[in-house]
Amino acid sequence: MALDKNQIAKRIAQELRDGYYVNLGIGIPTLVANFVPENIHVTLQSENGMLGIGPFPTIENVDADLINAGKQTVTYLPGASFFDSATSFAMIRGGHVDLTILGAFEVSEKGDISSWKVPGKLVKGMGGAMDLVASAKNIIVAMQHSNKGQSKILHKCTLPLTGVRCVKKIVTDLAVLEIFPEGFRLLERAPGVTVEEIKIATEGNLIIEGEIPEMVL
Amino acid sequence: MNKVVNNAEEAVQGISDNMTVMFGGFGLCGIPENTIKVLSKTTIKGLVCISNNCGIDDFGLGLMLQNKQIRKMIASYVGENAEFERQMLSGELEVELNPQGTLAERIRAAGAGIPAFFVPAGYGTEIAIGKEEREFDGKMHILESALHADFAIVKAWKGDTHGNLIYKHTASNFNHMMAMAGKITIAEVEELVPAGELDPNTIHTPGIFVQRIFQGVDYEKRIEQITITQK
Repeated sequence: MALDKNQIAKRIAQELRDGYYVNLGIGIPTLVANFVPENIHVTLQSENGMLGIGPFPTIENVDADLINAGKQTVTYLPGASFFDSATSFAMIRGGHVDLTILGAFEVSEKGDISSWKVPGKLVKGMGGAMDLVASAKNIIVAMQHSNKGQSKILHKCTLPLTGVRCVKKIVTDLAVLEIFPEGFRLLERAPGVTVEEIKIATEGNLIIEGEIPEMVL
Repeated sequence: MNKVVNNAEEAVQGISDNMTVMFGGFGLCGIPENTIKVLSKTTIKGLVCISNNCGIDDFGLGLMLQNKQIRKMIASYVGENAEFERQMLSGELEVELNPQGTLAERIRAAGAGIPAFFVPAGYGTEIAIGKEEREFDGKMHILESALHADFAIVKAWKGDTHGNLIYKHTASNFNHMMAMAGKITIAEVEELVPAGELDPNTIHTPGIFVQRIFQGVDYEKRIEQITITQK
């Protein structure tokens, strides 16, 4: 069975380590916050200028001056801090953020990523995505393996790029993949999904070595 | 020295057609809403506006878009605005998209006297086209230039008569760097106090960067997406 969005987020949460500073993109990545293991402490960064994002507020505590990068109202946790956008991107560009988790339209076997622009559709802008992918120490992409039968795990991206040679790992509804010099190395498969099914859904070069374990969720 | 003006009408004196003007804020958070409202009621046009976003249809910079006062927009994300889309597609509005961190740093660089700098963001993408590329420590970078403005308009939570500013929570965002980058910086604040009342240890933007300051009125502080936890 292919994973749903929450299961993808849950699998990605297994990559978190105690003490990590993490930037979560919009969509599935935001859900990762719900699955942080209880025995570790992770600090979430929001590029509009905060560390220590908490859950959504109760209606009485909604504050227009306290939002995340998705422009949603949030709260802050003990130990939080606020700062301006230049300082925020100094954290990102300077390699101080341990892990960036974001969505993508396409990823190539070289680790290139397309996530911001579809020609012919309205261009809204890249926001902080180009800065994040160019500088993060570690990038995990959360995405669907294919869209209407079209693979999004490709030899070469077809859409305008967000960044080149930057993605390290991909968690899709079907598999966990790692970018290797020769292509996508298959690390794990979704429960009940066969290697053959993953092969068919992957356009890029897939490296399969030995027995591929099922994800443990 | 007198930096205090009575209101937004007085603060915008000198802003004229075809100038470059920066507006602080991220989405609708921390935008100088008094000054934007007043500018949208003037006949000033042909402006180059620098702001991370461009408001929504009926609030923030969206008001100035409705009146066709903006010729060019420099931003990182311009999603939530139907009139923006219409003007962009019809060619009435020129748009330059920058990666958000690059935008912030270009503004900071202008205020800090740095004409240009190299960043990795955007290397290998369409925004690198025409820009100088250079390798540092095995990694490719592109050259980005400082972004100056004739006027910078910012919003703070508290300010004093010397122009010192304090922001609240995530409403700092682009305001601090923009205050540094304007030839003339206008600060509107929710609470204006006499110099000496703010603890100097807590100032975010030192008053040297601010030329005009006033206490705003009737803040709406709209929220784009109210997300709540049920008790």
